Amino acid sequence: MQWETVIGLEIHTQLATQSKIFSGASTAFGAPPNTQACAIDLGLPGVLPVLNAEAVRLAVRFGKAIGAEVAPRSVFARKNYFYPDLPKGYQISQYELPIVGEGRVEIVLGDAAVKSIGVTRAHLEEDAGKSLHEENLAGGGYTGIDLNRAGTPLLEIVSEPDMRTPQEAVAYARKIHQLVRWIGISDGNMQEGSFRVDANVSVRPLGQTRFGTRTEIKNLNSFRFIERAIQFEVERQIDVIEGGGTVVQETRLYDPERDETRPMRSKEEANDYRYFPDPDLLPVEIDVAFIVDAVADLPELPDSMRERFHTQYGLGEYDASLLTAGRELAQYFEAVVQATAEPKLAANWVNGELAAALNRSEIEIARSPVSAAMLAGLIHRIQDGTVSGKLAKQVFEAMWSGEGDADSVIQARGLRQITDSGELEALIAAIVAANPGQVEQYRAGKDKVFGFFVGQVMKESKGKANPQQVNEILMRVLASD
Amino acid sequence: MSLDASDIEKIAHLARLEIAPESIERYAADLSNILDLVAQMDAVDTTGVEPMAHPLHMSQRLRPDRVSEHDRRELFQAIAPLTEDGLYLVPKVID
Repeated sequence: MQWETVIGLEIHTQLATQSKIFSGASTAFGAPPNTQACAIDLGLPGVLPVLNAEAVRLAVRFGKAIGAEVAPRSVFARKNYFYPDLPKGYQISQYELPIVGEGRVEIVLGDAAVKSIGVTRAHLEEDAGKSLHEENLAGGGYTGIDLNRAGTPLLEIVSEPDMRTPQEAVAYARKIHQLVRWIGISDGNMQEGSFRVDANVSVRPLGQTRFGTRTEIKNLNSFRFIERAIQFEVERQIDVIEGGGTVVQETRLYDPERDETRPMRSKEEANDYRYFPDPDLLPVEIDVAFIVDAVADLPELPDSMRERFHTQYGLGEYDASLLTAGRELAQYFEAVVQATAEPKLAANWVNGELAAALNRSEIEIARSPVSAAMLAGLIHRIQDGTVSGKLAKQVFEAMWSGEGDADSVIQARGLRQITDSGELEALIAAIVAANPGQVEQYRAGKDKVFGFFVGQVMKESKGKANPQQVNEILMRVLASD
Repeated sequence: MSLDASDIEKIAHLARLEIAPESIERYAADLSNILDLVAQMDAVDTTGVEPMAHPLHMSQRLRPDRVSEHDRRELFQAIAPLTEDGLYLVPKVID
C-alpha cells in the first residue's frame, strides 16, 4: 500500500529578552543553578506575575513577519500539571486567545519548488526549569532541579499539518529558525535549547482525507534529529499498521544514539491540562501604536529579499535562497554588490570560496577575516584583469589567513597577471622554439596540440599569463612561418 | 449534572489531593451542587453580554524589560527540604 505522511510542528523559540516573561530575574544562559530564579519563578505564595513588554513586542514582530493578525486582546491561561520543573503546578501559557493568529511561510524545496506552509497560531508562555538526573545527588534516589530557566519567555509557533515528508518538515523548521533570527526575536541557539521542536506525525493510505492517529515526538534539538526522528516514526507507524496493529496516540522521545523513538513513561493523564484564564494576569490589549512601534525597524524579510535577488540581480532561486539564509550573509553580499556592481561574480564568491572557508573554520559570517570590502577589492582586481580567476583563489586564501587586502597580497606574492604583450611574445617564442615536434603536429592539422602550448605558457609564467592574450599570440605565432 | 465516585477520584488525582474514601460521597454531592448552580446560570439569556476573562475591567500593565531581581538563592533554599550544589532535590522523577 502507498502511504502518505502528515507532519505538523510545534516550535518553542526563546525570546531574546534580558529578564523573564513575568519576573525581573535574568535570562542569561549558563549561570550557577538557581541563582536566576526569583520568588515569582519559584512560585512562592503571594507573588504576582507582571508581563514583560519586550516579550509582547517580539511576539508582535513575529506575527507581522508571517502576515498574521496580531490579536488586539489576548489572554493568559494556566496549563495545569504537576512536575517539579514548574513548582507552581501550572505553566502560564495562552490557550483560547493567543497573541498571534493564522499566518503563512514559504519553504524552498530541493528541486527549487516553493511550498506554502500554514502557521495556525503562535502564543506566549513561560519555560520550565531543568531536571538533572544525576546518580549521586544526596547519595542517590534524587533528581536535581535548576529553576534558572523557569519563566524564560517562549513563543510557541504551531504549524498546520501541511508537511508531507521529513525533508519538508526540516525545511519549515529551518525557515522559522531563519526568520526568528532575521527579525531579531531569538538567538535560535539550538545547543542552548533556545529553539526546540516537537513533531506531530501520522500516516494514512494515499488518497484518504481523514488523518491517521498521530504521535508527538518531543524536544528535537537539531535539524538532523528532526529528519531522522520523523523518518523512524513514519516507518514504525507503517510497520504497526501493516502488522495488523493500531497506532497509539502518545508522546515519544527520540534517542539519537539508537536512532529510534520510544514512548515517554511518565505524565499519565498529562493531556488533561484543565486550562483556565489566569486570574493573576489581566487580558493583554495591544493597540495600533504598539504594533506600529514594534515593527518600525523590521528589516526586509528573507522571502522578499530572495525574490529581489532573483529579479534585481538575475540570480537563480538556489543562489538567492543560499544568500538569504541569514541576514548578515545577505547584508555582506549586498555590500559586495554595491562596491563592485557584479552580482553574479559576488554570488559565486560568497556562495563558493567564502562559504567553504566559513564552513571549514566553523565560524559565522560576522567573524569572517575577509570583510565585504576586502572581497569587493579582490573582485575589482578580477574585473580589471590584474589577477586571473584562478590566482584570485590564492589571493582569497591569503586574505583569509590575514595577509592583508587583495592589493597587498597581489603585490607581496607577485600574482599580478602578465599582460605586457612584449613579455608574453618572448615567452611564447621561446616555448615554440623549444618544441619543434609539437609545432610540426599542429601544422599538420592536430588542433589538440594547441592546448599543450597553452599549458606550457601557463607553467612557465606560473599561471600569471593573461589567457586571452596567450591564445591570440599563440594562434598568430603558430600560424606564421 | 451529577458526579460519581470515579469522577471525584480522577479530579483528586489530577489535583494531587488525597481524599479519604469515606468522604468521596460528600464531595460528589457538593461538587454536583456547584455544577447545578452553574447550569442554572447557563440558562440565563446572556445575549449581548461580552464574555469575561477577568472580573476587573482593566488590561494587563506591561513591565519594562529590566533585570531587577538578583540572586537570593541562599535565602530561598533555607526553607527547602533538601538541596545540593545549588540544586533543589526532589524524589527521583523519570521522563
